[in-house]
Amino acid sequence: MVSRSRHGAGVAVKPTGDSGPPRRRFLVVALLGLAAVALVEYLGVIVDFLRPRRQRTSGDAVVVAGPVERFQPNSVSAFPEGKFYLVRLEDGGFLALSRVCTHLGCTVPWSTEEQRFACPCHSSTYDIHGDVLSPPAPRALDLYPVRIENQIVKVVTGTTIRRNSFESAQVTRA
Amino acid sequence: MTGVFLRIRRSISQGPFLPRTDHERKRFVVHNFLLHFRPVRIHDRTLRWTHTFGLGGMSLVLVLVLMGTGALMMFVYEPSPDRAYESILRLQQDVLFGQLVRNIHHWSANLLIAIALLHLLRVYFTGAYHAPRQFNWLIGLSLLVCIGVQNFTGYLLPWDQLSYWAVTISTGMLGYVPLVGTWVQQVIRGGPEIGRATLLTFYAFHTTVVPALLVGFMAWHFWRVRKARGVVIPRSEGEELSGPPERVLAVPHLLIREVVVGLVLVAVVLVFSVIANAPLADTANPGMSPNPAKAPWYFVGIQELLLHFHPLLAVLVLPLVAVLALLLIPYLLYERDTSGVFLMSRKGRTMAAIAAVTALLATPVWIVSDEYWIDLAAWLPNVPLVVSTGLIPAAVLLAAIWGFFTAVKTRFSTSNDEAIQACFVLVLVGFALLTVTGVWFRGPGMALVWP
Repeated sequence: MVSRSRHGAGVAVKPTGDSGPPRRRFLVVALLGLAAVALVEYLGVIVDFLRPRRQRTSGDAVVVAGPVERFQPNSVSAFPEGKFYLVRLEDGGFLALSRVCTHLGCTVPWSTEEQRFACPCHSSTYDIHGDVLSPPAPRALDLYPVRIENQIVKVVTGTTIRRNSFESAQVTRA
Repeated sequence: MTGVFLRIRRSISQGPFLPRTDHERKRFVVHNFLLHFRPVRIHDRTLRWTHTFGLGGMSLVLVLVLMGTGALMMFVYEPSPDRAYESILRLQQDVLFGQLVRNIHHWSANLLIAIALLHLLRVYFTGAYHAPRQFNWLIGLSLLVCIGVQNFTGYLLPWDQLSYWAVTISTGMLGYVPLVGTWVQQVIRGGPEIGRATLLTFYAFHTTVVPALLVGFMAWHFWRVRKARGVVIPRSEGEELSGPPERVLAVPHLLIREVVVGLVLVAVVLVFSVIANAPLADTANPGMSPNPAKAPWYFVGIQELLLHFHPLLAVLVLPLVAVLALLLIPYLLYERDTSGVFLMSRKGRTMAAIAAVTALLATPVWIVSDEYWIDLAAWLPNVPLVVSTGLIPAAVLLAAIWGFFTAVKTRFSTSNDEAIQACFVLVLVGFALLTVTGVWFRGPGMALVWP
C-alpha cells in the first residue's frame, strides 16, 4: 500500500496492463512468460511419460528359420514367434513376409488351396509374393531381411522393410 | 450426551431432514450441496416427460453406476496381458456377484452411449442450442467424447479376441492420418503394436484420467443449465413466452420425477444384467484375426465408411468435417430463435421427414451399388487411389448434401434454419443406416449378407 500511494492515485487504480509503469509491465510480462515456460515443461513431462519406451528386441533380432532344403519350392511356412511367413518361391528364392495386413493391421492367414493370403477383416488379398491382389490394402505386405549363412536361413525380425509392390531384387537366393 | 449428537447434527446442516413447508423446501434446495445445482423454481412445462425424456438425468445415473461397478472391478482386475483375461475369468467365477457387476458395467456403458446420443438429439430438435445455451452444447460434445474414449479404452481391458482386434483395427486407422498419425498411433499403443504398454495406457486413461475429466465436465454442464434457469422451455411455433410464468418448486416436483426415472433405469439395467451376460471371447491371440472382425456397434458406422472411401477420407477428413459441423451448430447464423419449438416449425417437421425419407432411400442404394457396381479404382486406372476412391466420392457426397440443402431451400422455399435442420436429419439417418448395415448386414470378409 505504501508503494502505491507513492505513485499517485491514477496509477494505483489500474491493476495491470500495458499503460502501467515500465517496471510493473516488465514484471507482468516476465511472470506470464515464466508461467508459459512452466506450462510447456509440464506438457513435455506428460508427453514423455506417454512416449513409447524403446523395445529391447528391436534392431538386430534374428530368427533362425532352418536349413535351406527344409523348405519346398512354392511353399509358405508360418513362424508365429517371429510373426512372419517364410516364402520359398518356385525358383528357390526366399522372402520373409510380415503377417500384418497393410490395411489396418489384422493377421493374414495363408490359404494353400487358393494360393493367396486373405485378410479376414476387410477381405484384402495378397499373392505369394505379398503383392496386393485385391484392395482395400494400399501396398504389398512388409518384408523382413533374409540372410542365408552356411545353407541356414535366418530372418532379421528387428528391421521391417516397407514397399509398394514386389520386385525381384527383394528375393534372397541360396 | 444428546447434546453432542445435536451439535454434530447442527454442524452438518441446519434445516430439517425432510422439508415440510414451501419455505423449508426453498431453503433445502439452496443449502444442499447436491441440490443447489437446480433452480429453486422451474417452469412447469419443462416437467413434461416427453419434453426431455429425462435423458440427461439418465446419463448421470449411468455414469454413477459405471463408477461404482468400475471401482469394484478394480479390486480384482490386473492390467497386464498375461493376467488380464485370467483375472476377468476369476471375477466372473470366484467373486460373489462378480459376473453381475461386470454385466452391469458392460450394459450400462453401452446404454450410456445410446442415451447420450439421444440426449444430443433431444437438445438439437428442441432448439436448446441457442443463446444462452450455446457453449453448453460444446461442453456436452466434450462429454460425448469422454464417453466415447471410456468405451473405447474399456473395450481393450478384458484382453479377449474381440477387444484385441477391435483395438488393433481402430488404432490402425490412425496410420492413415498424414504427418502425425504414426506418432499418435505409437503413443496410444505405447509401441509399434498392441501389447503390455497399450493395456497399461488404456487402463490409466479408463480408470483415472477420463473419469476425472468426465466429473469436471459434468459439473460444468449442470452448472450451465442452472445458469440458463433450467432446461429450455417448450413452446409451440410463434408462441411468445410472456406474462407471469407458471413456476413450481423444484423440490418436490422436479426431484420426485428425477428419482423415479433414476430408479426405473437402475431396475431395467439390473434385470437386463441378470438375464444377459457381457460377452467374453477367447483370450487374445495376436496370430489369428477373427472373421469378420467388427468394431463395437458405436464405431461400426465409421468402419462401414472404410469400405466405401479411401482410409484417409474415412478416418480423417469425413469425421473431421462432421465434428466441425457439430461444433458449429450453435454458432451458425439463424434467422430466428427457435429454442423450445420441437423441430423448429410445421415446415421444419415436414422437411425433416423428407430428409429422413431421402436418406432412407439413398443410403441403401449407394451402399449396394458401391458394393456390386461402382469401381472407381478400375474406371480411373491412371488416377492415384486417394483421389479415385477418396476425394472424388467424398466430393460427390458433400456436393449431394449441399445440393439437398439448396433444393430444400428453393423447391420448398424454407428458411435457412429449416434447411440446416433438414441436412442434419439427412446425415443423421444416413449414418444410422451405415451403422445398421455394419451391425446386421456384414458377414465374413465384410461382404453384404442377410442377417
